[in-house]
Amino acid sequence: MNDKFISLISGVIFGIGLVISGMTNPEKVIGFLSITHNWDASLIFVMGGGILTAGPFFFLLKNKETSALGNQINLTKKQKLDSKTIIGASLFGVGWGLVGLCPGPAIAAIATLDPIAFVFLISMAAGVLAKKNIVK
Amino acid sequence: MHNFTPVSALIGGVIIGLSVVLYFYSTGRLAGISGIFENTITSTSQKASNLLFLIGLVVGPVIIYYLIMPNKPIAFEITNSYLLIITGGFLVGFGTRLGGGCTSGHGICGIGRLSVTSMIATSIFVATGVITVFILQQLGIYL
Repeated sequence: MNDKFISLISGVIFGIGLVISGMTNPEKVIGFLSITHNWDASLIFVMGGGILTAGPFFFLLKNKETSALGNQINLTKKQKLDSKTIIGASLFGVGWGLVGLCPGPAIAAIATLDPIAFVFLISMAAGVLAKKNIVK
Repeated sequence: MHNFTPVSALIGGVIIGLSVVLYFYSTGRLAGISGIFENTITSTSQKASNLLFLIGLVVGPVIIYYLIMPNKPIAFEITNSYLLIITGGFLVGFGTRLGGGCTSGHGICGIGRLSVTSMIATSIFVATGVITVFILQQLGIYL
């Protein structure tokens, strides 16, 4: 059991969860964001399921200083709410609404080998790199 | 509300939550996908682990589709407008990193840790997503 193996397994489980939940289907995501027309509330259950499963563990593990693999846990400082968070979250929401893909499903969509999935992923990488170079 | 699938949504959400717990308990890191993605393409630390997580995100759906539901084609019905795809992708990449998280980082890990910042960030990206979809619908771009 090392870090790389756990990372791969965690990713596989996460990807399976994304497919079963419907998050990998942009139509489903757009249906959730479409509150005025045929609203589909399913995504609340995805987020709720994730939060209710992970939340109690975060609470139980909150004073833990090292992980099971011996890595240092550095979660004492929570992210502060500043203008970057507000502007960033706003822009992310616009992009999410335009296509119906957030980062996890965007990567999972590579499984389709659809050129459109690759174009989205490359554009997303460009956005990440632009942020890295423009905002310090 | 047609297409409402609360049971599969809840099961999928719990599975995602279990992945977050396994990853955090073992490695001490949060499974925020936009952060893992950024570190994979820009950082040298934990590069192999981060890349393997992302590969897992692709392998998971492949397992589901090819082994469990072999007769069902992989169906991600993404819009085919390249203008929307490129703009959307760029905004998702830029916005998640400026805002410090995405649906998993803020929405599940952050809210799971009772972070007020994450609750506000999640409310904001859902709100701007709703507004964006509303405007596109008014313009007749989809649905």
